[in-house]
Amino acid sequence: MNNLLQTGQRLGRTWGPLLGIAIVAIALLVVAPAVLSPFRLNNLGKYVCWAIAGVGIGLAWGRGGMLVMGQGVFFGLGGYAMAMHLKLEAAMATGGPDAIPDFMVLYGDGTMPGWWEPFRSGPFTLFAILVLPAIAATILGFAIFKRRVKGAYFAILTQALAVAFATLLVATIKQTGGFNGLNQFTQFFGYNLYDPVNKRMIYSIAAVLLIVCLVVVWQLYRSRFGELLVATRDAEERVRFLGHDPANIKLVAFVVAAVMASIGGAMFAPITGIISPSDVDATASIFLIAGVALGGRSLLLGPAIGALAVGFGRTFLSESFPDQWTYFLGLLFIVVILFFPSGLGSSWSQLTSRLRTKEVAR
Amino acid sequence: MDAFTTPLLAGTATGALLLIAALGLALTFGQMGVINMAHGEFLMAGAYTTFLTQQVVTNTDLSILVALPAAFVVAGSLGLLLEVSIISWMYRRPLDTLLVTVGVSLLLQQLAKDIFGAQGDPVQTPGWLDGNIDVFGYHWPYRQMFTILLAIAALVGLGLLLKYTAYGRQIRATVQNRDLAETMGVSTRTVDRVTFFVGSGLAGVGGVAVSLISGTNPNLGTTYIISAFLVVVAGGLGQLKGTVIAAFAVGIVTAFFTDWFNSSMAQVFTFALVVIFLQLRPQGLFTVRTRGLA
Repeated sequence: MNNLLQTGQRLGRTWGPLLGIAIVAIALLVVAPAVLSPFRLNNLGKYVCWAIAGVGIGLAWGRGGMLVMGQGVFFGLGGYAMAMHLKLEAAMATGGPDAIPDFMVLYGDGTMPGWWEPFRSGPFTLFAILVLPAIAATILGFAIFKRRVKGAYFAILTQALAVAFATLLVATIKQTGGFNGLNQFTQFFGYNLYDPVNKRMIYSIAAVLLIVCLVVVWQLYRSRFGELLVATRDAEERVRFLGHDPANIKLVAFVVAAVMASIGGAMFAPITGIISPSDVDATASIFLIAGVALGGRSLLLGPAIGALAVGFGRTFLSESFPDQWTYFLGLLFIVVILFFPSGLGSSWSQLTSRLRTKEVAR
Repeated sequence: MDAFTTPLLAGTATGALLLIAALGLALTFGQMGVINMAHGEFLMAGAYTTFLTQQVVTNTDLSILVALPAAFVVAGSLGLLLEVSIISWMYRRPLDTLLVTVGVSLLLQQLAKDIFGAQGDPVQTPGWLDGNIDVFGYHWPYRQMFTILLAIAALVGLGLLLKYTAYGRQIRATVQNRDLAETMGVSTRTVDRVTFFVGSGLAGVGGVAVSLISGTNPNLGTTYIISAFLVVVAGGLGQLKGTVIAAFAVGIVTAFFTDWFNSSMAQVFTFALVVIFLQLRPQGLFTVRTRGLA
């Protein structure tokens, strides 16, 4: 009998997370499209994009202990790469293969910078969405981790990066659309963006990508790498003394998180129809963290569910009390970090484990 | 000559401003490990105090002199309130203070927006600061010189406080070894509060200088906080001289980049320079040497 219980627990530990992911998948892919209006479903798609970035933050911050306050940069790299392609697609659909985006004629001298050219190609764009943030994160991470810059220093540097990135975008109106960002896309890899069926398809792609990211992270957490990452978070020096290089371990987590943020950003552009500096700046990066902190940074599903909840809360509160949203976000940070430092999801398991200990004690 | 003196002098003034902001940050970060993201909003509080003082004391020549101590007390009290109500509960997890104070910063910004409006208000420059002096072809505004004098005064004041007063000794003892200081009878909790008050108050004084240059604005804090933190990171902890050198270096370098390219490229380049600098000196310019593993 006791043996059976232990087997059950072991099975639960192994397959429980998969069950959780399956529930999320069913909720997002089956239930939501059935019950939500197209408008609400599109909104949910936006939250899913934030959740994809959130899963990465959970990996880097929750498991790796690196407070990444500049994920907006990578979100933006993916978002802008996708948006540039969509913008070119829209231009080419009306103006032939050499057409250039409208805003360049409006604000610029009617010529397109050379680095836009490759984004005419869809496959290249997809490639860039995955590789650009990986390269950027590798260079930055290598420079930071190898010199053992960590903790608050790391957090400040990433946030400074987000500020610099957003300022750069605002200043380059001729190349990136400046403050307005990139918008008015008409098609997505040949599919008309105004067709509700296609919008639903794009939502589904985003939801599937979120599930894929969750599975990837689940496998990472189960692996030796996952163990090492947690060990590095909790006692970096010991990991070093055991012969591992914490810099490499952190670098991998940081790069994976960056790629996930980029994927989220890449889906964000077609779903919302716009990507602008305010979607990727320091405030946006902090907003991404809010969901992760709420849901439980070191859990598997916590970051994703937290990001969805905060996204929903943002829409709900902005609709009901347009001016008060910032207060709620500020209070959310204070209350969650002060009283539920490991997130609401963890508080639940802490509560149940406390009850369980009591039972054993009895 | 013009292309050289203009950024140099303007940059020195920016550096002085960064120094006032960074002094408080370096103090609280170095002593308590607390990363106060709401520090920029204390700067904002100082600026709004200047604006409010001018509504009461209509003589602009006098109002700035009234505003300086008022801003110190207002911002200092805000800091003290923050310390007592929130930060004192989370000394065991310093990295989390960063996120909590981000929340406080958002609250204060929105509060300022709701009270004073999103537009920001102009601050009258007093007559004795209105004007400029010709330095090698650059019309150096008195306001910028005033900022530099203010920074020097803040630095000297803080230096004297740390070196010669009982509180200063206790602060230094707490920074060096908190447990040992406590054993010797230093009430480190009181010391923490004093440090927070002084550090935040300095930000308020910085806010007065900011308001003279750019008026008040609810988002004023966010403009300075990141640069101020970069100064703290590059300067190293535990010693004021690192902060001083880093502040002027960041201010002047940014001014030169702004002159050569534009202000947004200057931000990007300054950030890149700080990251490169940390490759050479990961602990910043100066640091207190300890035997622990860092």
